[in-house]
Amino acid sequence: MLLAVNILLWLVVAVLAFVAALRGRVLFTDGMRDGILEFLCLLPRIGAGVIGSGFIAEILPKAAVASWIGPGSGLIGVLIATLGGALTPGGPVVGFAIGAAALKSGAGAPQVIAYSTAWALYAIHRLVVWEVPMMPARVVWLRALVSLPLPFLAAGLATALALP
Amino acid sequence: MAETVTPTRRRRAFDVSTAVIAGAAFAAAAAVYLRDGQEHFLAIFGSDLALFGEMLPKVLAGCLIGAFVTMILPRELVARWVGHESGFSGLLVAAFFGFLLPGGPITIYPVAGAFLVMGADAGAVVAFITAWTLCGYTRALVWELPFFGPHFVIWRIVEAIPLPLIAGLLARLALRAGVTGKPGR
Repeated sequence: MLLAVNILLWLVVAVLAFVAALRGRVLFTDGMRDGILEFLCLLPRIGAGVIGSGFIAEILPKAAVASWIGPGSGLIGVLIATLGGALTPGGPVVGFAIGAAALKSGAGAPQVIAYSTAWALYAIHRLVVWEVPMMPARVVWLRALVSLPLPFLAAGLATALALP
Repeated sequence: MAETVTPTRRRRAFDVSTAVIAGAAFAAAAAVYLRDGQEHFLAIFGSDLALFGEMLPKVLAGCLIGAFVTMILPRELVARWVGHESGFSGLLVAAFFGFLLPGGPITIYPVAGAFLVMGADAGAVVAFITAWTLCGYTRALVWELPFFGPHFVIWRIVEAIPLPLIAGLLARLALRAGVTGKPGR
């Protein structure tokens, strides 16, 4: 499965690079350069996130995690997870690293989904740092407002569909 | 009117949130070392390192896909499409493009801003950003998959499919109820 994902991703890269190359050499080299630079800048973040998640999972108090946001914690657990997600700082790895650590330490799947959904949609840090400078503020707050129930809906759908 | 908004990329290898997670990782690693000894520390470190190595080719591929699509995709065409479709189909089109477009917040918010300029309503923009955030495939493949595994990620994305449309509809309802007035341009 993971190998298939890798093959698929690199096939997409090959097709896009080919299309870019057809349009001109400059476009192709620019794309390669941009992509590789982006990758190099992301390396320290991913390294910290991935290597951190294993250690953080290890020291999380498993009994507390399980009772606060475990599979039996129900709606209260979803609420706690949602609040946690909103307060987690942005960046591409942080929320996933913490969510994966919580899952390893006994958190319930719907609660982890509520956490990562809330973090993805309205982590306060990301709204302020990224979205407000680039979008009309009213649209940002409208989006945050209507997103408030989504982690609960996601957790509800997750419970209804049941993790296979 | 149809000016492409070119995102200015802000490249920083280290920022505040990375510093936070790095600090937490360091503290957690030290705690594990002191509590459980070197052997256990090295076992965890080894499996994390293996996960890291497994991620790298995917992350590189994701970065290249993002860079090429940003260059190839006719942004103004997409914006015109989303801007001119209205009603429920407008939400569907916006959510579909949110799913399709790769890249990080640096590329996505300027596109969303362009939608507004092209005449898209705030509901469509909300559906677009929500779909990109929750169902975007590059994000899921590159970032989420290594942490959670394919089973969990596919399941999460499937149950997230209705959410962008719900968010878009809620945004329109909120606008109609006069929550925020007309979106600013």
